[in-house]
Amino acid sequence: MAIETTAVRSTAPGRRPGARPGATRPGGRRATRRSGASVALHAGLLAASFVAVFPIGWVLVTSFKPLADVYNTKIISHFTVANYGDILDSDFPRWFLNSVAVAGLTMVVGVFLSATSGYAMSRFNFPGKRSLMWTFLVTQMFPMAILIVPIYKIMSSLQLLDTYGSLVLAYSTVAVPFCSYMLKGYFDTIPIEIDEAGRVDGLTPFGTFWRLAVPLARPGLAVTAFYTFLTAWGEVAYASKFMISQDNYTLAFGMQTYVGQFNQNWHLLAAASVLVTVPAMLVFYLVQRWLVAGLTAGGAKG
Amino acid sequence: MTSITSPASRAVLHRPAGRGGRSWLRRSWDRHWYAWAMIAPVVLVLVVLVLYPLIEGIRLSLTDATVRNLGNPLFGQPDRSVGVGVRNYLDILTGSGTPFWTVLVRTMIWTGSCVLLHYTLGMGLAMMLNRPLRGRSVYRILLILPWAVPAFVSAFAWRFLFNGNDGMINRAMGLVGLDPIDWLGPSNWALVAVIAVNVWLGVPFMMVALLGGMQTIPPELYEAAEVDGASAWQQFTNVTLPGLRSVSATVILLGVIWTFNMFPVIFLLTRSNDYTQILVTFSYNLFYNGQIARAATYGVLILSLLLVFASAYRRMLRAQGEVW
Repeated sequence: MAIETTAVRSTAPGRRPGARPGATRPGGRRATRRSGASVALHAGLLAASFVAVFPIGWVLVTSFKPLADVYNTKIISHFTVANYGDILDSDFPRWFLNSVAVAGLTMVVGVFLSATSGYAMSRFNFPGKRSLMWTFLVTQMFPMAILIVPIYKIMSSLQLLDTYGSLVLAYSTVAVPFCSYMLKGYFDTIPIEIDEAGRVDGLTPFGTFWRLAVPLARPGLAVTAFYTFLTAWGEVAYASKFMISQDNYTLAFGMQTYVGQFNQNWHLLAAASVLVTVPAMLVFYLVQRWLVAGLTAGGAKG
Repeated sequence: MTSITSPASRAVLHRPAGRGGRSWLRRSWDRHWYAWAMIAPVVLVLVVLVLYPLIEGIRLSLTDATVRNLGNPLFGQPDRSVGVGVRNYLDILTGSGTPFWTVLVRTMIWTGSCVLLHYTLGMGLAMMLNRPLRGRSVYRILLILPWAVPAFVSAFAWRFLFNGNDGMINRAMGLVGLDPIDWLGPSNWALVAVIAVNVWLGVPFMMVALLGGMQTIPPELYEAAEVDGASAWQQFTNVTLPGLRSVSATVILLGVIWTFNMFPVIFLLTRSNDYTQILVTFSYNLFYNGQIARAATYGVLILSLLLVFASAYRRMLRAQGEVW
């Protein structure tokens, strides 16, 4: 709540003609805002950033402490990297590779499925379009508990249990409906004249999609990639059901079994958490500059 | 060739009308096969992995299936569950001592407070980030960060902070003279704790979506408001909020649906703490304990509640003149 009042207060003073939020920034505007409002703005953002970063930052700090010191409030006490050594000695590397494979494949399949359906919904007016969009929304309402038994049966009859394929398919159904929506919105912002020019040059609709629309939609696709990757990277429930042999566990689920085995071993958990978070952060860092533009279009068009 | 939706292209590419003898189906196929081919992969996946399981789930909710009598193809067990009609529904909705209504009320408190806080905090932060200031992109990265962290890592981080008397949060409270609270223990404080964590997780998405929406509002509108002497608050209520209407409508609807079904946060933070169970975790726990038919019944009830909500929401938007 403190953040909020700061936000409201800080927008109040210092509004000059031209001093409005927006994408374009005429020069010299920064100077026009009263310094008090500026301080409040920075204070609010700093406080919010602290809250956003602290929990994860504290895990990072803890991962370098021995077990005896995990509740020590000092940032550095008995610095050690032994926790990381212990984690890397376990099944962790194996699970890590499984997760990379599953999340990577989900990303490829998810981006492909969302891009084709998003483009079709944006460009073509076909019978069944409205019901498809409504279906996408409805799939977001399905609680997993209702789906997990039937999906388990399907995976078993497709001989996909205990393979990457089962998780990739399951995660795609979770992520694709929202991503299709988002990409439809993004394709809507690309002028249709570009498609028409492609047609005139003799491209088929598929060619137009692949050669013209996809390259132009890169920000939207980047966000989709981020979203699908994260969906797959952190999921536990399906992974715990579908992956049977310990060699095939994903990181998220493997970590859960690790918690069970070594309860309260906060130091090891902290090190493992850091190692799990690094790839997600990497993907995040690569796409973050597209994030606002990519999600916007989808959000704005609904 | 006629499938592009722009009027201009239709004028140029439209097939000469009145070719007799062709069925509607055939014409429709010629016209739309590109579109259908492009959605076919998604439709296939959704039919196999969502529609069929849904029907199967509804069927299960009408049986007495448990983990013991339900067949498992993997081990060659036959299915010995039998149909019981709507008995599961009656038991859950009207049975004596049924937890359904308590859990439903808690789910509504959880959903309402999470979405409200997501939206207001997300809006506040988006407003701050939408102003020109030094270090804006750094703030933006830091504020989106919680979104990029896998749920179980966040859950672990918060469990660590909330943990017992030694957790950082109780220590910080001790410094200002407050008594420690058993945050994840058997009391309503646990609900407060999971709501706080979910707010922390969900604000970045709202912030990014609203920030994007704000950047699509034409600057001229603010200039006009400025000329008319509108105060900052008036600009917010008369320019920003209306400009964000369609973004808001979408993210609030999605927020309600996602929060209502938010499973990992509660499950990973408090497992089966009775004070934090919402419908979806309750259903999962039933499933986990082998009561498959009951879990499926809860699932169908959740889906029905959300469908009713979504239709009502859509009607409300329509009544306000929003085409959605």
